[in-house]
Amino acid sequence: MTPILQIRDLQVSYYTDLGRATALNRVNLDLNAGEKLGLVGESGSGKSTMALAMMRMIKAPGRIESGSVTVGGVDLISLNDEEMRLARLSRIAYIPQGAMNSLNPVMRIGAQMVDAIKAHIPNMSKDDMTEQCMQSLESVDLKRNVFQMYAHELSGGMKQRVCIAIGILLKPQVIIADEPTSALDVVTQRQVMETIDRVQKEMGTAVILIGHDMGLMAQFVDKVAVMYAGRLTEVSTVRDMFSKPMHPYAQALIKSLPNLSNKGVFQGIAGLAPSLLRIPNGCAFHPRCPQAMDVCKTTVPDVKEYEGNRLVACHLYTEGA
Amino acid sequence: MANLLEFRNVTKTYTRGYFAEAGTTALADFSMTLKEDEPTIMTVAGESGSGKTTLAMLLLGFIDPTKGEILYKGKNISKLRGDDRLNYRREVQAVFQDPFAVFNPFYTVDHLLTVPIEKFKLAKSKADARNKMEEALSSVGLRPEDILGRFPHQLSGGQRQRINVARALLLKPRVLVADEPVSMVDASLRANILESLRGLHRDHGVSIIYITHDLTTAYHVANSIVVLYKGGVMEAGDIDNVIQKPQHPYTRLLIDSIPWPDVDRRWGSDGMMVKESDATDKGGKGCRFAARCPHVKDNCLHTPPPLYRVAETQVASCVLYDNNPVLPATQLTDVLPV
Repeated sequence: MTPILQIRDLQVSYYTDLGRATALNRVNLDLNAGEKLGLVGESGSGKSTMALAMMRMIKAPGRIESGSVTVGGVDLISLNDEEMRLARLSRIAYIPQGAMNSLNPVMRIGAQMVDAIKAHIPNMSKDDMTEQCMQSLESVDLKRNVFQMYAHELSGGMKQRVCIAIGILLKPQVIIADEPTSALDVVTQRQVMETIDRVQKEMGTAVILIGHDMGLMAQFVDKVAVMYAGRLTEVSTVRDMFSKPMHPYAQALIKSLPNLSNKGVFQGIAGLAPSLLRIPNGCAFHPRCPQAMDVCKTTVPDVKEYEGNRLVACHLYTEGA
Repeated sequence: MANLLEFRNVTKTYTRGYFAEAGTTALADFSMTLKEDEPTIMTVAGESGSGKTTLAMLLLGFIDPTKGEILYKGKNISKLRGDDRLNYRREVQAVFQDPFAVFNPFYTVDHLLTVPIEKFKLAKSKADARNKMEEALSSVGLRPEDILGRFPHQLSGGQRQRINVARALLLKPRVLVADEPVSMVDASLRANILESLRGLHRDHGVSIIYITHDLTTAYHVANSIVVLYKGGVMEAGDIDNVIQKPQHPYTRLLIDSIPWPDVDRRWGSDGMMVKESDATDKGGKGCRFAARCPHVKDNCLHTPPPLYRVAETQVASCVLYDNNPVLPATQLTDVLPV
């Protein structure tokens, strides 16, 4: 099966006054149709940059230096601007962080949804557009009358679901959700995530969930990709990731999670995430790594495949091989 | 034993216009005491709209209670003047939920730290002020040279939130109101921020009111918990009891909705049904949770249930426990260990 989404050697830099910051460093990633991938990492690890690069929405001073993002056989990076505009939402949809605050307060929900369709299929009849919007609203468990409402009449969870409804309007093959529930409380969060889950199953879409809540990842995704300083350090199935993480950073991340059996034990990860302007030589994690070796200080570890289709970039496991 | 802070039957109702029949009760008849010499960490939990933030706003004196009074060191906070007021302002500090909203985009982030230093005359010289700022920033895990002189839009949400915590540390408060301080911060840094909050409590004797919907972090930092729903106390007590043996159906729903970082512990595994919270539901006369409660009975709909003492340090406001003794709402503090 050819993966629906293939990212190859994607590199993104931001040109700042203090020098070039490499926010995404030769990232490779495959995702099959119907798969749910969690992308985790600290702030500034390049999660959101990756989402924006996939949508080709990186703004100056940022630039996509090289690489390809192939969705269903089409390389998005090589499209011209007009083709890319059409690809957004129809091939690949993006639900940005705090999407629920992006609804226009002076327009009815319906008008905003119709706008999205008009931008792609201008000659569709008005009734068809309305019907498609209503169906989309129903598929995220909202009533049809939400179409006539304004954003202030909806609760946070409902607004977030409107944004999901807009995201799935044109049945994209890939949906990127950037922390879709970070501003919602646990009960609403659960409802929103269950909605995404159901919609995803019905449409067979691939979903990339960006976030740092490992608990949410454990409940929702199939695969977890851990990012650190612009590189992927480990990609494993969710079960492998939680039972035996391989990369030391992933191990630290799993250990830092609070649960009910270790009250009062705070295992934060020592040290600070590196500034992207001063990424350490060799493995970017080596200054914080408890198992760092000499080779880690000089050579960047390559991503290698291990048992169970796991991808790990760490020297610890290459020594014996 | 003097009371540092006291809520006496505080009710806050938001009304719309002069002719509205009934407003929304954001906090109903809430009483609570913090003792001066027994600093504690108390969690106030509940979903959006449960009155958590109203509680914080009342405590900080941003809004006045509709009924009842709030005393700080024995004085009503809405009547504080002069030095008393300045003292109260310095000793009661806050860290807010949204690290994006508290910064003025036209100033560098230094502004947020220099203003309190000037206002409360914390530093003798510019160099001293700079030292204090750097110390506070380092203690929350930030590199001062990366932060000072930057504009808010150049920093991430996590960094901005830690600047807010640093600002509170700077003032050495007695009471810190932390309104969802880590909900927008990375998991790996959450531990560090919570640890610095606990350090503040342990080393400087600061009482912390930790407002959150995240019961996992609450469990790790707090001594006691008050669970609010639509302004009413649903359950309260020792945090270990409440989290491990939740009695009220609402607390059970909350605990069941936590996304546990464990692939073998699935959401909703105990079959608790989830009903949508409805903003238009005013709750009627009876139990506020009745509309969503799976155990609802007829007598839930008429009067709100009092607090039943289900254990030595645990109360639940639910008719399921009506064979237990009733605890008057004014004595809520009795079941909250320090």
